[in-house]
Amino acid sequence: MTNSWTDIRNTDLVVIMGGNAAEAHPCGFKWVTEAKANRGAKLIVVDPRFNRSASVADFYAPIRQGTDIAFLLGLINYCMLNDKVQWDYVKTFTNASFLVKEGFTYRDGLFTGYDEQKRDYDRATWEYEIGPDGYAAVDETLQHPRSVWTLLKQHVAMYTPELVERICGTPRDKFLAVAQMVSECSSPTKTMTSMYALGWTQHSKGSQNIRTMAMLQLILGNIGVRGGGMNALRGHSNIQGLTDVGLLSNSLPGYMNLATDREPDLAAYMSTRGFRPLRPNQTSYWQNYRKFLVSFLKSMWGPAATAQNDFGFDWLPKLDVPNYDILRAFELMKQGKMTAYLCQGFNPLQAFPNKAKLVEGLSKLKLLVVMDPLETETARFWENHGIYNDVDTAAIQTEVIQLPTTCFAEDEGALVNSGRWLQWHWPGGTPPGEAQPDTWIMAQIHLRLKALYRTEGGAFPDPILNLHWPYKDPGLPTPEELTKEMNGYIVADVPDPADPAKKLLEAGKQVANFGQLRDDGSTACGCWIFAGSFTEAGNMMARRDNADPDDTGAYPNWSFSWPANRRILYNRASADINGKPWDPSRKLLEWDGQRWTGYDVPDIAPNAKPRDVGPFIMNAEGVGRLFARGMMRDGPFPVHYEPFESPVANVIAPKVRGNPVARVFADDFAQFADVASPEFPYAATSYRLTEHFHYWTKNNHVNAVLQPEFFVEISEELAKEKGVAKGGWVRVWSKRGSVFAKAVVTKRIKPMICDGKTIHIVGIPIHWGFVGAAKKGFPANVLTPFVGDANIETPEFKAFLVNLEASTGPASV
Amino acid sequence: MNMELSRRAFLLTAGAGVAGTALGAFGFGDVEAAYAAAIRPFKLVNTTETRNTCTYCSVACGIILYSKGDLRKGETAEITYIEGDSDHPTNRGTLCPKGAALLSIVKSKTRLTYPMVRRPGSDRFERISWDEALDKIVRVLKDDRDKNFIALNEAGVTVNRWVTSGILAASATTNETAFATYKVMRSTGMLAFDNQARV
Repeated sequence: MTNSWTDIRNTDLVVIMGGNAAEAHPCGFKWVTEAKANRGAKLIVVDPRFNRSASVADFYAPIRQGTDIAFLLGLINYCMLNDKVQWDYVKTFTNASFLVKEGFTYRDGLFTGYDEQKRDYDRATWEYEIGPDGYAAVDETLQHPRSVWTLLKQHVAMYTPELVERICGTPRDKFLAVAQMVSECSSPTKTMTSMYALGWTQHSKGSQNIRTMAMLQLILGNIGVRGGGMNALRGHSNIQGLTDVGLLSNSLPGYMNLATDREPDLAAYMSTRGFRPLRPNQTSYWQNYRKFLVSFLKSMWGPAATAQNDFGFDWLPKLDVPNYDILRAFELMKQGKMTAYLCQGFNPLQAFPNKAKLVEGLSKLKLLVVMDPLETETARFWENHGIYNDVDTAAIQTEVIQLPTTCFAEDEGALVNSGRWLQWHWPGGTPPGEAQPDTWIMAQIHLRLKALYRTEGGAFPDPILNLHWPYKDPGLPTPEELTKEMNGYIVADVPDPADPAKKLLEAGKQVANFGQLRDDGSTACGCWIFAGSFTEAGNMMARRDNADPDDTGAYPNWSFSWPANRRILYNRASADINGKPWDPSRKLLEWDGQRWTGYDVPDIAPNAKPRDVGPFIMNAEGVGRLFARGMMRDGPFPVHYEPFESPVANVIAPKVRGNPVARVFADDFAQFADVASPEFPYAATSYRLTEHFHYWTKNNHVNAVLQPEFFVEISEELAKEKGVAKGGWVRVWSKRGSVFAKAVVTKRIKPMICDGKTIHIVGIPIHWGFVGAAKKGFPANVLTPFVGDANIETPEFKAFLVNLEASTGPASV
Repeated sequence: MNMELSRRAFLLTAGAGVAGTALGAFGFGDVEAAYAAAIRPFKLVNTTETRNTCTYCSVACGIILYSKGDLRKGETAEITYIEGDSDHPTNRGTLCPKGAALLSIVKSKTRLTYPMVRRPGSDRFERISWDEALDKIVRVLKDDRDKNFIALNEAGVTVNRWVTSGILAASATTNETAFATYKVMRSTGMLAFDNQARV
């Protein structure tokens, strides 16, 4: 989230699209209710199903799954055509005025530089024109034929209400009603918030779904203001933290990334990470990258990381492909190229697409290790459960080790919520049996591995032998020790340049903020964005002062919000070019002539003059990007692409299948249903229920009682057409697998008309498996396709094709 | 921080005092004692309160764990009740159908209690010791790393990567667990290293 749960109270309009907060995030949704009750805010829900969020909405519009970009580009087009633009914001805080290089074009669904063989672009033309002064050229009138604004206007022009209806199936009048409500938020004194979740991410163009809404929010002037923002509701309690700490194939902590084979040393790596400002006076905060990186390397390898060895830069692996993400890992397993796989509190047999492929992959491993508080299907993938897991147990040669771990109630540490609050928690119970914390298991693996390398030698032991492991009990690092490393500490005294007798920084002390980090090895910091969370003043994450001065929703002394305890990102954009709040009743920051004052920690230097420095300090431009340059693999502007399995061809580019740059492994392409396949005529989507959390709560008796059994939802029309009774059995199958389910026949789902064709929607909740207290059932991933988002490889769980028939149920098989 | 006087214990004491005084003022001296004795002790009075966070979604509602026994005193502690934390700014004490049933996930019959192994081709898990489990894991990891570690790529560039073993990290664990996991796994050169955020 750019903002926080408690900030939603400040909004005028909530758009829930790509999520279902009332059902999946009920206690956060109360802030929508609060805004409705106290401010008269309105709620719009756009979703294929009339879900629980829709049931309390002021306006609901149906949409076919996988067509959100067309809808959102339609909204942008509407705002541009009807002068519903926050002009002062767009002109000064976005790159609307920037000129794009000559040669950049878009035609028939593709931008310049497409290579069909590689399924990739040469992105050289997706850049700004650089002027003689070395900065990006701009035209403040926005009229230049190559200004971002002109190009965007041309790009979205085709997304008329009529085209939106053809693609999305949203009736024109409903789309226009949404457009009218949304466009009112272009007023400087009206804000809209976007609440989204997996309904936007789990698509082969998920990143662009989110980006399109972010562009709309920039045009409406809604980023950086109270009650506005892009608010990813996020999934698990601590998915945000795990992402922040960089536990992803290509990541380093704090949103830095690993080197590739093209970057042989630190100098080469840093040469593309200079982040020189693209406009005069801009902050371009990533210019400090080297300080964050060197401090991270010092936290990894301590005294062994020196200037002479590039601080251990070579001890980090380099990538030969963009990602060894989970989809690629299972593809490699299936090819027999993986030996061991460790699952730490993760149940991939349920969580990743195409269950049959996952079983095949796991069956080819030598060793599978599962660390979990609970039984999981993954740990028992080799166990035969009839139609629910029909495997040949004796033939599976994988050794499986299952390790019991503590759960939340038995451990201590910080979890990051969707609003970036790091909240400390304490253990209240004794773990069962021999269950151990994950930190103990990790320490044991490290110590034992290190001991073997010491005695036996082996492949390049240096990074293991030199790993900085300064814990009082090396076998069990404490949460406090670990969190202090992430906050960062001073390794060597740094004299004060003004008075060498004094110390600027004193060795052994915690850093107070990331402004103190240095690139010469005198500071260490495990995760620079967490700097300030555990300082010499103590554990800021454990703060529990719930006072909220002037009821702004900020709660500034409750826990710690990264970065720098900032509660709303880009908050300088809450004030106009002169530093006056756009909406005095929702003041966040204000320039008092000397410095920025207000309710939040300013995200530009407190004394940075308002006209000089732009609010988007992480961007080299200093402004928000309506044109993403080469940063997105699939285009600097979003384009409507159909899902890989689609009931209709792409209206705007019939020759383009799915996202043209999404990575698809050869065997998986063969397992996709054809476009508009008569074999698989129904558009399916998967989702969550309020009574369950993924695959955990089927281990919970209470939740198993509340929602005991796997079902699918279909419309009354489809039920009639297929002779399906309410509560009767159906068989649902895709090109990858088949399931039996009870049918919930409902008015909540209605057939849609897309490009003249009737499309039936099949809704599939995800929560069942063959382990736990609930009835055995099928997980949705038996059916789903093995393809991810073109930028980040999140699987396309939300839009795929199935067939369906009335059945007598599993017993008849 | 989490050791403050239990709010409930405080309210209970204050409430009983008011009731007693009112009755006493009307001249029912003995009744006062009898009445006080008749009040069933509040069931959470003798529990330890601990601040925690709901383990499910990222709203991250504040919760209070009530335990018999106190871990801070080195005692064994059994969690007997969990409720929403009314001091928490986000949830203000409320919980959803998942959060309201947290106690039965802590006490689920399918909680794991001992390290187990399923041997190749076997149809069952067998109990093993932590030492045996950890030694087995580390043996396989080291042998695989020694065999398949790539120090230089074909162009002779130092790449120091290991792509034949991998880990999926937990998303329900703390930042601190995440950092320990990061250090241990990344220092081996492992690249097939992801977490639940990917999905």
